[in-house]
Amino acid sequence: MEMPAPRPERLAKKETLITRLREVLPEDAVIHHEAELRAYECDALSAYRCPPMAAVLPSSTQEVSHILRICHDLGIPVVPRGAGTSLAGGALPTADSVILGVARMNAVLDTDYDNRVIRVQSGRTNLSVTGAVEEDGFFYAPDPSSQLACAISGNIAMNSGGAHCLKYGVTTNNLLGVTMVEMDGTVVEIGGAHLDAAGYDLLGLICGSEGQLGVVTEATLRILPKPEGARPVLMAFDSNEVAGACVSDIIKAGVLPVAIEFMDRPCIRACEDFAKAGYPDCEALLIVEVEGSEAEIDEQLGLIKQIARNHDPLELREAKDADEAGRIWLGRKSAFGAMGQINDYMCLDGTIPVSSLPHVLKRISEMSKDYGLGVANVFHAGDGNMHPLILYNANTPGDLEKCEAFGADILKLCVEVGGCLTGEHGVGIEKRDLMWHQYEAADMEAQMAVKDVFDPAWLLNPAKVFPLDASETRRATAVAAE
Amino acid sequence: MRPTTEAELAQTIAAAQGPLRIRGGGTRDVGRPVAGDILETGGLSGITLYEPGALTMVAQAGTPLAEIKAALDAENQRLAFEPGDWRGLLGTDGRPTIGGVIAANVSGPRRIQVGAARDFMLGVRFVDGAGNIIKNGGRVMKNVTGYDLVKLLCGSWGTLGVLTEVSFKVLPNSGATGVLLCEGLGDADAVRALSKALGSPYEVTGAAHLQKGMDGAPVTMIRLEGSEASVAYRTDALRTLLADIGDFTIETEPEHTAAGWRYIRDVEPFHDRDGDVWRVSVKPGDAPGVVAQVKGAEAVYDWGGGLIWMLVPERQKAETIRSAVEGVGGHATLFRASEETRKSVPVFQPQPAALARIESDLRAKFDPRSILNAGLMG
Ligand SMILES: Cc1cc2nc3c(=O)[nH]c(=O)nc-3n(C[C@H](O)[C@H](O)[C@H](O)COP(=O)(O)OP(=O)(O)OC[C@H]3O[C@@H](n4cnc5c(N)ncnc54)[C@H](O)[C@@H]3O)c2cc1C
Repeated sequence: MEMPAPRPERLAKKETLITRLREVLPEDAVIHHEAELRAYECDALSAYRCPPMAAVLPSSTQEVSHILRICHDLGIPVVPRGAGTSLAGGALPTADSVILGVARMNAVLDTDYDNRVIRVQSGRTNLSVTGAVEEDGFFYAPDPSSQLACAISGNIAMNSGGAHCLKYGVTTNNLLGVTMVEMDGTVVEIGGAHLDAAGYDLLGLICGSEGQLGVVTEATLRILPKPEGARPVLMAFDSNEVAGACVSDIIKAGVLPVAIEFMDRPCIRACEDFAKAGYPDCEALLIVEVEGSEAEIDEQLGLIKQIARNHDPLELREAKDADEAGRIWLGRKSAFGAMGQINDYMCLDGTIPVSSLPHVLKRISEMSKDYGLGVANVFHAGDGNMHPLILYNANTPGDLEKCEAFGADILKLCVEVGGCLTGEHGVGIEKRDLMWHQYEAADMEAQMAVKDVFDPAWLLNPAKVFPLDASETRRATAVAAE
Repeated sequence: MRPTTEAELAQTIAAAQGPLRIRGGGTRDVGRPVAGDILETGGLSGITLYEPGALTMVAQAGTPLAEIKAALDAENQRLAFEPGDWRGLLGTDGRPTIGGVIAANVSGPRRIQVGAARDFMLGVRFVDGAGNIIKNGGRVMKNVTGYDLVKLLCGSWGTLGVLTEVSFKVLPNSGATGVLLCEGLGDADAVRALSKALGSPYEVTGAAHLQKGMDGAPVTMIRLEGSEASVAYRTDALRTLLADIGDFTIETEPEHTAAGWRYIRDVEPFHDRDGDVWRVSVKPGDAPGVVAQVKGAEAVYDWGGGLIWMLVPERQKAETIRSAVEGVGGHATLFRASEETRKSVPVFQPQPAALARIESDLRAKFDPRSILNAGLMG
């Protein structure tokens, strides 16, 4: 993976840039000393690092507008940043860019239970949105595993999902409005507290645009009443294929659980060692969760267990109380952390048709042998969103490259069976060069034309999403407005 | 013009010398009147792929909705976003197509719980105004690979491209239905009841209020779906919860409940009646206030109050309605009116300058010659 080389004419403007930024921002909001800039050199795809020329931490939409105007006029690229938990390198800077972090903008602006919406500044963390309303019986549905840290701004940029999106949808299905600043400093309001925004679905376009169309500063989100109760059941199987078939059958049967999560043996083991959740010793396990009143839960789980029994499970473990439910989820929720303890890993995110699960899992384990690199699988099985974690050793020369080649093969396989490169993490830099496997020139051109409309100078997060060869001419013409 | 393949459609558009009017079934005649030769999508028809176990369907854009519903019925599945049939309301005939549903983002009462048509869309193939064939999205449930042009195309009324193939998520049928009914509530109380129901954990899948129900009296309707036992439990619980606002009765007879929600979905109260029809989107709590500002209006509230269908005397001033809506935030579409009125009044809500700039630039990118349903969304 390569990033475009920093341009000398931009680096030469550092002093002017800092002076101008200081005119519109308080002193502690402009960071430009090398040592401090290290904090912004990477996101969760930490294999790639590069400190930016400067980082700014605005506190209002107005300040964001000033910053963008200045960078626009000087022709300096801007990389928006939430909490920096992107697994795709979405927030990775270049040496000639400015990181614009929204972490200081974390206020709740309005909660409205009658209309079931909340308005927040975009730097607010995902979990603390729910935190603001849960005492009153509400929650914000999208729940990425990183929800303690990640910001709503990053969620919107990546259209993030979570374990419960099988029922509640991903970010785009729960977003009603945004305040966004365009690269030239123009502030736009899209949508609001009403369900359908007027005109074209610009909200749908912005959600998932990876910080390339504008900087989102505020968001109106749908909040939902908490269900009466929820209960998970854990199912253990002696092969991935059987577990995959069970997922298919559950979906076909017409019961729609809120979540169906899948873990294979390497992942189960790592989680066991790390979190001591008490998982059974098996090849594959599923966590299936349903919601409702006690009686409704009993009824749905009854049906689900009946389906599972047709597949000869090694164990069916239903949570009897909140404590047991917590333990069933514990391992799954700490899966990434657990893997991180034992190894360096790269987390993939391809999505496949649910019907191809067994085939794809089998192929991945074959490829794992060919490459000589271990893989652990943990993913949202209900919607076919895979998360193979490829294990490698960052200190072994060549291992990262091998790991990336293996990852690319898995993603190509996902596309081959009718799926896609990324289900919820985004393209960023990680899958940027694989885009040609998914899209033809005309498809890519149509998407880049959209960026032309929002950011004609290609200054916002320009080296992401599109293969560098595809975006080269556009990026090359990016010049200072002054 | 009625091409029968995507390639032929692309050639037709590339070779077009003048403006084109894109027509699926011709049942959704909404928007500013459009000039040009008619380009029909009906020749691109048929279900390409249906995997009930993966809850996905792919169909050519001109496929009749009836064909899709029949295929889903056979597997006990459905289009959960409940697209309405607008023929009665708009006085059109023809056969609705899936492409038309998507181009207009047609979503019915269940939108309040499961989302709109746009939320079910997984992928599109379309031809832009220069004749390029473009695909975006795919056929899997989660996909963030590149920009979401699927949503952009959904609800763009054929002004950015002509859809050739759409893939979307389907859901299982839900078994039993129970409806809570209350007669005689005023608008404000009705919306209060709907909000309370939607703020409860009982998973309401329809929340509507008619100022004039089938027998002329106001009626408030709340729908619950699921297994029989679950519906019985939740209707009961809701009835108790709402007792301080009104006395709700419970209807579970399948034919009656289906007819009741079709009445809302297709806006049947305004069929065969004189007057213009507006479709207004505001937040539910603001809805009664907006309606009260429009003299002589009769309203059907859906989506808990968030969607208002309003019948107003012909040539009711658009400014009155739009300024009421702008006062609270939202937008209003002149959904049904004479061609003459639709020529003189902006049919879709005029956008603020910055958004109007983005929209017209997008249009210029996707349809540089401005030949696809030109001006329809004005
Ligand atoms: C352990 C772990 C578990 C995870 N689990 C999940 C999961 O279950 N589901 C899931 O979907 N993801 C998951 N992720 C990925 C990641 O958390 C999400 O992509 C998240 O939404 C990123 O949010 P962030 O605030 O950290 O954004 P950042 O990493 O800071 O940025 C992400 C992208 O958003 C852009 N951006 C940030 N702020 C703005 C703004 N104000 N305006 C415009 N663009 C902006 C950036 O430029 C960048 O392209 C996980 C990550 C980790 C490390």
